[in-house]
Amino acid sequence: MTTRRKSKTEERLRRILEHEYMPKAEIVPKEEVKEILKQLNAKVFQLPWIRASDPLVRAIGAKPGNVIRIIRKSDTAGVFVTYRFVVPG
Amino acid sequence: MAGMDIVTQEELNNVLAKLASILPPRIIDELRNKLANKTLTREQLTELVKTIVNEYYKALIDPGEAIGIVTAQSVGEPSTQMILRSFHFAGLREFSMALGLPRMIEIVDARRKPSVPIMTVYLDEDHRHDPNKAREIAYKIQLTTIENVAKSVEIDYVNSQITIEIDEEELGQRGLSMEDVRKVMEKIKGKGAHVEVEGNIIRVTLENADVIKLRKVRDKIMQTRLAGIKNVKKTLVRYKDGEWIIETEGTNLEAVLTLEGVDYRRTISNDLHEVAEVLGIEAARTVIMRELKKVLDQQGLDTDIRHLMLIADVMTWTGRVRQVGRHGVVGEKESPLARAAFEVTVKNLVEASIRGEVEQFRGVVESVIAGKYIPIGTGIVQLMMEFE
Repeated sequence: MTTRRKSKTEERLRRILEHEYMPKAEIVPKEEVKEILKQLNAKVFQLPWIRASDPLVRAIGAKPGNVIRIIRKSDTAGVFVTYRFVVPG
Repeated sequence: MAGMDIVTQEELNNVLAKLASILPPRIIDELRNKLANKTLTREQLTELVKTIVNEYYKALIDPGEAIGIVTAQSVGEPSTQMILRSFHFAGLREFSMALGLPRMIEIVDARRKPSVPIMTVYLDEDHRHDPNKAREIAYKIQLTTIENVAKSVEIDYVNSQITIEIDEEELGQRGLSMEDVRKVMEKIKGKGAHVEVEGNIIRVTLENADVIKLRKVRDKIMQTRLAGIKNVKKTLVRYKDGEWIIETEGTNLEAVLTLEGVDYRRTISNDLHEVAEVLGIEAARTVIMRELKKVLDQQGLDTDIRHLMLIADVMTWTGRVRQVGRHGVVGEKESPLARAAFEVTVKNLVEASIRGEVEQFRGVVESVIAGKYIPIGTGIVQLMMEFE
């Protein structure tokens, strides 16, 4: 029973990640974060936030304090790369 | 042309790859398509790239440009027109959809529940081409309780008996049979109740129950779920853009996404908070954008998508969907004067003084109040003298 229920949540997560409104995401390595922030001339908390409980964050296993790179489809630019700062919650 | 410096395909690709770090992918693609059947000299290519990059930089927003104001005007102007038109289409379709300005206010205010929550359920390859198969899925989605299929209900207070007559025609229309009803009724057996299913008659007998208990039990039976998903009140199978889709009134995105036969890649709800919870904040951002665009399109108004992107970005900035108003975007402003200038002035000022907040005069509103230069355009620049 437990195994069946678990596989069901996994299946749900898999389906959610394949949704067309879901952007691709990855954790940005620490060294790269510095570079990006310098380029943007911003502090890390000035990036848009994303909650640690967000399905996207959980899927890639990011922890609060990480910066994630979000590669989303855009109506104007085709593909747009942006960053979000993972906050607790 | 002989002897001229003709650019080879390889060289062109190299140049385009270099441009990718400056220009957005869409422009690169367009450029590649336009150049597909053309031959260019090296000189021409250099000139072309120069012009395009120049034009691109010209089109970018300058630092200090008051984009928020431009967005407010670009969205505000069409909405004044919508006030005049919004109610004229009411009742045209099966759903009484919230249209026009009311819906727009609903989105921007990020209401907990939209007045008409709608899911657009797309179907997978096996089901999307056949209306009957689509209807099958619709039955699985639409919530059916005993109450929906009951013809009559009677309570015999003397014998403590509840008699429910099921409308088999109604049952058939919803793709169910008496067998399904029996199965569900078997489950609620026990707890001192005796259930008897005979033809289309259900008899529930209780032992020494009073009037109140009988009524309670009756209500409970009526609310028992036969089929479908919680919260989905109504379904409508519709033909749209070469495929059959299901539109529902009432949403439960999480449950629908796990259903067999549903195209879980495209199925979406119009409830911002639900989407934020199930699919995450990025998906909610997209939904805010699309829903606003939909409202404006329906009204025949043309607002640039970039303005709606800004609204969606601001609303999802903190990782949660927050309204554009005193409980959200404005309410979380750093400056107490800016908050007080918006709504509930006295309360904001009193609470700010109790907390001992400090006014930094970094924003526009508070600078206007204090008569300082506003940090917009040239006002954003500060000069420092260099001492030797």
